[in-house]
Amino acid sequence: MKSIATKKVIVLTGNDAVAEAMRQVNPDVVPAYPITPQTELMHKFAGYVSDGDVKTELVLVESEHSAMSAAVGASAAGSRVMTATSANGLALMWEIIYIAASTRCPIVMAVVNRALSGPINIHCDHSDSMGARDAGWIQLHSENAQEVYDNVLQAVRIAEDTDVRLPAMVCLDGFIISHTIEPLEVNSDTTVQEFIGDFRPVHNLLDSDKPFTFGPLDFHDYYFEHKMPQVKAMEKAPNVIESVGIEYGKLTGREYGLIERYKTEDAERIVIALGSTCGTAKATVDDLREKGEKVGFLKIRCFRPFPVKEVREALSGARAVAVLDRSVSFGAQGGPVMMEVRSALYGETAPPIKGYIYGLGGRDINPDHIGQAFDELKDIASSGKSSDET
Amino acid sequence: MSEMLEIRWHGRGGQGGKTAVFMLAESLVEQGKYAQGFPDYGPERMGAPVRGYNRVSDEPVRLHCGVNSPGIVVVLDATLIAGSDVVSGLKPGGKVLVNSSKPPEEMRKILGLKDGSVYTVDATGIALEEIGRPIPNSPMIGALLKVTDLAEIDSLARLVGKKFEAKLGAKAVEGNIKAMKRAYEEVRGNQ
Repeated sequence: MKSIATKKVIVLTGNDAVAEAMRQVNPDVVPAYPITPQTELMHKFAGYVSDGDVKTELVLVESEHSAMSAAVGASAAGSRVMTATSANGLALMWEIIYIAASTRCPIVMAVVNRALSGPINIHCDHSDSMGARDAGWIQLHSENAQEVYDNVLQAVRIAEDTDVRLPAMVCLDGFIISHTIEPLEVNSDTTVQEFIGDFRPVHNLLDSDKPFTFGPLDFHDYYFEHKMPQVKAMEKAPNVIESVGIEYGKLTGREYGLIERYKTEDAERIVIALGSTCGTAKATVDDLREKGEKVGFLKIRCFRPFPVKEVREALSGARAVAVLDRSVSFGAQGGPVMMEVRSALYGETAPPIKGYIYGLGGRDINPDHIGQAFDELKDIASSGKSSDET
Repeated sequence: MSEMLEIRWHGRGGQGGKTAVFMLAESLVEQGKYAQGFPDYGPERMGAPVRGYNRVSDEPVRLHCGVNSPGIVVVLDATLIAGSDVVSGLKPGGKVLVNSSKPPEEMRKILGLKDGSVYTVDATGIALEEIGRPIPNSPMIGALLKVTDLAEIDSLARLVGKKFEAKLGAKAVEGNIKAMKRAYEEVRGNQ
């Protein structure tokens, strides 16, 4: 284990970890509107702006729809743009998040995951970002405050990569991560600036020498053609996410991939999840391993683009798999992660899969619950059959 | 300490429970431990019951879930005992620290606790005398450090000075540190 004393360790909440990363990035423009549990994040960052710690233009708007609209405008004008939101705030941005992606604006946005109303609930689940999964944004999920900080910095590089040029969401679980204080290693401001580099927009609305149109009308003649490069950009994203993760690892000792395999190599039963549940699941795996059970855990760090090849490979030796979803897709064949995983395995010699919906509206998930899923996988592994019931 | 220690705090909105949870975590990390602190969020109102949690370990803390079986329970307001089971899930041999002027033997009876250790300290009284306000969080941290040996009180006092001098002023910080150290000396236990 690395010695915690040799690095610069500070103690922050997940919200403050985003604000600290944003301070170091020093974006040109941040349009923002507050919503629980994101409010403290932007509160902290606004402090940096008013103290002159960053040169950011903080645009305080009247709604999230306006926040994302201002973000698109500022990005098209050649600025490095960041923002943050949660739940119904993301829902109110809906129309514009699609435009951000199709206009190829490399905006980085922290999404503090929270249940969508109704009933009204301010606590964690993934219904907000999962609803946005088809919008064309890259989605990175964070296990703890350290990953929140690291993901924000990497997201800037990934989004702005000329092969990608897509907006990116960094997801962190509301309250469970956003309001928990824990130690994390931080980089120096210089290290961060060198890592992200200057933002060089490919097209710039304000460059009068090279006039360029953003957001024109585009009917059946060319709309389809303009969707294809967006599809291709998302296809190129995995390589970029991986290479940025390796480079970041060389710089900080903390390497990132599309997924993280935890003791899956010889595991007969594997549980899959994303977000704050990952740490709890790893601790559960260790407890069961001590009892001699061959179990493992697979973390999906990057949900969009979905790492099909990596998930297939990680599950190739498993005899039974459980997928934990923190959101419901009403009327669908399981939760969003479950559907992705099962599709990834279709046509392969796949193990039986059982889907679970958990933790809606902030309901606690502890090692006993995850242990129960591993326990139920025993029967599924021995019979080779699962049920469609989630 | 190889096992992870989990602490549950019971207080009321306005008593500084969240600050106590965060201060303790930060101070323990400064002393080379791994620690986590988080409050239970609900409708936040002055006087409403609130809970907070700490985890402390020599290894990185990976769990991100509620604390159901704490090794230590800290009660910032003894009036909470009548309305809720503050010792619920307490580990065998666990410790309960209550802000109360009652002797620990009597508190044990009130809690109905057969096992474990009970400690009391008049944190509100100390806070009124040293800080001039009935905010029991600083003295309760002081008493907690005496009861657990988790961290050095001087190190925590320095952190309080560093964090709050600008916000509260030198006089209030001095009062908080005095209150913390007095509670450290005055806490009584029944094991």
